[in-house]
Amino acid sequence: MAHSAHTDHAAHDDHHGAPQSFMQRWVLTTNHKDIGTLYLVFAGLMFFMGGAMAMVIRAELFQPGLQFVDPQFFNSMTTMHALIMIFGGMMPAWVGLANWMIPLQIGAADMALPRMNNFSFWIMPFAFLLLLSTFFTGGGAPAGGWTLYPPLALQGGDSFPMAMFAVHMMGASSIMGSINVIVTIMNMRAPGMTLLRMPLFCWTWLITAYLLILVMPVLAGAVTMLITDHFFGTSFFNAAGGGDPVMYQHIFWFFGHPEVYILILPAFGVVSEILPTFSRKPLFGYESMVYATASIGFLSFIVWAHHMFTVGMPLAGELFFMLTTMLIAVPTGVKVFNWSATMWKGSISFEPPMLFAISFLFLFTIGGFSGLMLAIAPADFQYHDTYFVVAHFHYVLVPGSLFAIIGGVYYWLPKWSGHMYNMTLAKWHFWLSAVFVNVLFFPQHFLGLAGMPRRIPDYAVQFADWNMVSSIGAFGFGLSQLLFPYLIWSCVRGGQKATAHVWEGSHGLEWEVESPAPYHTWAEAPSLALIERGAAH
Amino acid sequence: MLRKHRSLFALVAAVAALGASQAQAAWTLNMTQGVTSMSGEIYSLHMSMFWWCVAIAVFVFGWMIWSLVAFRKSNGAVADTTLVHSTKAEIIWTIIPVVILVVLAVPAARTLIALDDSRGSELTVKVTGYQWKWGYDYLDSGVSFFSTLSRDSNEARQLQSHVDVNGVHEYLRDVDHPLVVPTGTKVRLLLTAQDVIHAWWVPALAIKKDAIPGFVNELWFQIDADKPGLYRGQCVELCGRDHSAMPIVVEAKSPADFKAWVKEQQDAQQQSRLLAAAKTG
Repeated sequence: MAHSAHTDHAAHDDHHGAPQSFMQRWVLTTNHKDIGTLYLVFAGLMFFMGGAMAMVIRAELFQPGLQFVDPQFFNSMTTMHALIMIFGGMMPAWVGLANWMIPLQIGAADMALPRMNNFSFWIMPFAFLLLLSTFFTGGGAPAGGWTLYPPLALQGGDSFPMAMFAVHMMGASSIMGSINVIVTIMNMRAPGMTLLRMPLFCWTWLITAYLLILVMPVLAGAVTMLITDHFFGTSFFNAAGGGDPVMYQHIFWFFGHPEVYILILPAFGVVSEILPTFSRKPLFGYESMVYATASIGFLSFIVWAHHMFTVGMPLAGELFFMLTTMLIAVPTGVKVFNWSATMWKGSISFEPPMLFAISFLFLFTIGGFSGLMLAIAPADFQYHDTYFVVAHFHYVLVPGSLFAIIGGVYYWLPKWSGHMYNMTLAKWHFWLSAVFVNVLFFPQHFLGLAGMPRRIPDYAVQFADWNMVSSIGAFGFGLSQLLFPYLIWSCVRGGQKATAHVWEGSHGLEWEVESPAPYHTWAEAPSLALIERGAAH
Repeated sequence: MLRKHRSLFALVAAVAALGASQAQAAWTLNMTQGVTSMSGEIYSLHMSMFWWCVAIAVFVFGWMIWSLVAFRKSNGAVADTTLVHSTKAEIIWTIIPVVILVVLAVPAARTLIALDDSRGSELTVKVTGYQWKWGYDYLDSGVSFFSTLSRDSNEARQLQSHVDVNGVHEYLRDVDHPLVVPTGTKVRLLLTAQDVIHAWWVPALAIKKDAIPGFVNELWFQIDADKPGLYRGQCVELCGRDHSAMPIVVEAKSPADFKAWVKEQQDAQQQSRLLAAAKTG
């Protein structure tokens, strides 16, 4: 069972060992693959929900003047768009990929804590039901920005406690998910699968899981203090009672900056899997990739206040955070150079996962450039809280993290479903996404430099032209994403049978099991020879 | 033939005219150079960062594009699977970025230190953020007033007002009472807020700082002596429903005109105080 690369079983044993009843299979499941699927489907739903909100935002910003929504509702849109995309889309998507791939990649039979795995997933739908139900409360959904800065966040009506509780639930789910990843990687690796033989996706996720465990409790603390300030008369963030609203921002960003790396580090992992496969050449500088990831993880804890250069910190603080932030460019640069060197002297082909990985490389680097500019504190005084920042973080999150997620799905989908998908249509999906994402976000750099603040429903007429271009890009990007669920759906339902290796250049344990991956894999640990063949760096 | 040319010419002329009419600020690509002693410095920092990024991009993207073109499998490329590590290359591409960062950090730190030095200011104005307007108090002369969105912008900005905002004077960027300051003078602002956090920003002055309830932040600017005029900005920290409707207008006057303006304001305030006293008394 452990190694059955060449068998082409009939469909009947696609799920052999899988429970037959829906309840057993999908609700009570402790199987890492099913939980991975649940996470991914949930994340997909949330991506489209958050995307719909982005469409409302861009429709309102299509022209100056208010056409469609009240400013308060617009603020709810920006706030909820961010909360849903970050906590409902990106993070569950990464946990889903981790669930599916980590046990397969390290030769483990399942995640270490399967029941907790089930629990951490099933918290999410309820957390988001609670969060989304705030739209029906008096005063509407939270509208103070996803950063929940007091005192503004405390002005929220009935939505406030509901949103806070939802954040607590998401945090609990994330902490459980990350404990599971750490324990699995530390204890469940097959004999011979040393840490430095692990695929980079496992490495980046291991570091991500540590970041999660360290910072989610900090967010929980910040949110709890907001709750006690609101309901129990404390004054953590209220100057009139001796507190300090800026302290909230320090605590929040101590969570928030590692959080943005939680969203991007697994993307580095996925790209480090895809590029070697389609360059038919091992990853360049494997060990330095691991060290660079760890350095980025460490640096993420000492740069947080670059999100708050304008709060009036002492000069020494501003200098410190400017210099540490600039330092991040070094390990990130190492990664980009290593990826480029991976493609150098390779034998490159352009299947959909590779297309997404290549555009990740280019567009994430553009986001890195604007990040470097934002690090320069005096210049940041001009960029801060403008569309330049919006352009920056969307470049690293959309053609960054999201493209890596899409690329990862296109990379592993044949392994999951046992079928190849429609390559031509997937390439259309790529080209439409890659063109429109730039039409959408590149002009936002210009808007920010011209002086347009973020989070405004209406703007002065000199910003009209680029806003219209950006909105057209948004509608195009949003519509092209509809191809993605269609492609996945039709791939799951049928298509050309996938081989075990799926791709010509694929290496690693996940490609040593048949496609679709049987319900239970690596019940018997893979042989050393198999592990060494997979770890070809 | 001639007619055809003529209509083409007319079309070009029309497009050019349309372009010119929108040219003052539309399709803007870059940051303003500003009108203060520091804004030019910040602009050149920004531009030098930009050109460094362009240079790095040319190198990195050039390398990637080279690989993507030269090492295509469809082109018969065969992978060199031995090329997996090079300590020398890795040291080089760690050290060179560090050197570039040091080169960038020195002028940035110098500008940051200069921006922090508010000593020697000749005029202090306290700025208070409210949901959703600004209050200005001239601490030296006792002049004080609120600055709110102009009436026609306010009418036009209502949901489905059906007012063409292109026809509104400085839509969302005009106020009833601008902050008046002298040119060629170091002006210090003390920022605070009454309710939630706001942020005060005028791009041409190249300064931005949060106005935080219960705390006082400080910033300063010195508008070039030869640059009197109107400079516009707005609140840049999300502050609730009408965050987009609390603009900032700074009117820079020559020191002599400024003095006359202060006198005028003081007289007016004195008059209204007397009037109020007479009414109640």
